[in-house]
Amino acid sequence: MAKTATREAYGMALAEFGESYDIVVLDADLSKSTKTDTFKKKFPERFFNTGIAEANMMTTAAGLASCGKIVFASSFAMFAAGRAFEQVRNGICYPNLNVKIGATHAGISVGEDGATHQCLEDIGIMRTIPNMVILNPADKVESILAVEAAIKHEGPVYLRFGRLAVPEIFDRETYKFEIGKGVEIMEGTDATIIATGLMVPEAMEAAAKLKGEGLSVRVINMATIKPIDKDIIVKAAKETGAIVTAEEHNIIGGLGSAVAEVLAENSPVPMKRVGTEDKFGQSGKPAELLELYGLTAANIAKQVKEVLKMK
Amino acid sequence: METSRITELKLIAANVRKDALTAVHSASSGHPGGSLSIADLLTLLYFEVMNIDPKDPKNPDRDRFVLSKGHCAPALYSVLAERGFFPVDDIPTFRKTGSYLQGHPDMKSVPGVDMSSGSLGQGVCAANGMALAGKIDKKDYRVYTVLGDGELQEGQVWEAAMYAPHYKLDNLTAFVDFNGLQIDGDIAEVMSPLPIDKKFESFGWHVIVTDAHDFEALLSAINEAKETKGKPTMIIMKSVKGKGVSFMENNAAWHGSAPNDEQYAQAIKELDAEIAKLKEA
Repeated sequence: MAKTATREAYGMALAEFGESYDIVVLDADLSKSTKTDTFKKKFPERFFNTGIAEANMMTTAAGLASCGKIVFASSFAMFAAGRAFEQVRNGICYPNLNVKIGATHAGISVGEDGATHQCLEDIGIMRTIPNMVILNPADKVESILAVEAAIKHEGPVYLRFGRLAVPEIFDRETYKFEIGKGVEIMEGTDATIIATGLMVPEAMEAAAKLKGEGLSVRVINMATIKPIDKDIIVKAAKETGAIVTAEEHNIIGGLGSAVAEVLAENSPVPMKRVGTEDKFGQSGKPAELLELYGLTAANIAKQVKEVLKMK
Repeated sequence: METSRITELKLIAANVRKDALTAVHSASSGHPGGSLSIADLLTLLYFEVMNIDPKDPKNPDRDRFVLSKGHCAPALYSVLAERGFFPVDDIPTFRKTGSYLQGHPDMKSVPGVDMSSGSLGQGVCAANGMALAGKIDKKDYRVYTVLGDGELQEGQVWEAAMYAPHYKLDNLTAFVDFNGLQIDGDIAEVMSPLPIDKKFESFGWHVIVTDAHDFEALLSAINEAKETKGKPTMIIMKSVKGKGVSFMENNAAWHGSAPNDEQYAQAIKELDAEIAKLKEA
């Protein structure tokens, strides 16, 4: 299966949609890594480097958006959601301005750079801000479609992309992306795995493995973390009776928390969360780190079996 | 400017000061000191300088203003109300539950407010974005923003200070309300941003130092900024915190506390006396 990093897809999407939409792109000295340089090469007059100054970048984006621009502000997730949290909260989300935050290098799969650059808290941080939409696409096609959906959405959007090349799952001709909608990508009746980002192919592999053991496991791709698709979660809870979430993020505050909130209030069923377990990352090869922190098909399958014992 | 026009502006500014004090007194909360120190500048901008229309507050070609020192919302709301963006009668609802006159400027609820602000250091960055949008769209509107002198302690201000000259944002005119006081006291003692002029000069700004309460000097500085090409202008206005109310002047205690009924009555009496004097002139 072909592999592409979602950050590459982000760059491709900006270059593609720069043709038809009046978008402006800002970056904080990371354009070669965030891949906004793809846009910069094609539309230099609409690309502005702010230097290593994420706070200024976010509020400058707000000023541009107040004048009618659709602005993409790009940096690593750590600095976009972490360093510039308050600018995103007060400068962008409070006035509900049309700024799209392209946050790349999210999660532990950043690899060798280590814990300082592996943001495992961004979904949790961004999820608590009113007006914010959070998209965490799983592959190349979904990333491109998520960028287009973000452009069409009026208001702030946090787009989460990864550094690591990940399998291309979806077909652009047939895949429909809609903000706020989860997608059932594998059918099942015994349990449901709700996955996001690079954990989606892992979830698919886990479900395939479990099928071989006689278990029918549903897989839902949850690219929109906020607003979370309550209907698809409640339906899965009612029809399969057990849920496992899988994300490349701290189990506190991210997809697992969002799903747990929906279940607790609407349809409580046993659940397990796969993610980093309130720990910082470390340096290493991405694949080795994903293994070390349990972000694998094997661990998802194990958690499905655990959750089934609780039914 | 003709003397009669200066007198008119002084009269408006006195009313803006009264409104600002009414807002803070009514709310029993807010920031009178810094509101009074920028009342003259905001009056000049909204009544003489800026291309704005209270009937069309979202016109894409309008000049923009960002109150980077957002806690001085009472001055901004008062000048907007006096200019006709919304009724002066609404001023006493400031900071009250359900009012659109939020404690800090809210662009979504207050007609005429171009950018929400209040978190220090951010307004000037938003002003950069607006100026950049003007350059991209080849529009000739201008962007104005006012920073507090204490606000210069925010690191983000210096990110913006680097940015505006880098992109040659000569459509941006920024002001520092240099009244020398912040909540905890003298700016030089709390964390000195001095010398302010040399700092901005070294960052590539055209810098003008002037008097915040001299309309003619201020207007001349603003015109000089308009004529300055290839770089943004920073106008450092030496101001008096609490200007216009004797017991508030140069007193950091009035940064963020509201006058009681007696103090409010005394302040209004002083400003009414000023108004009477101006009307005689």
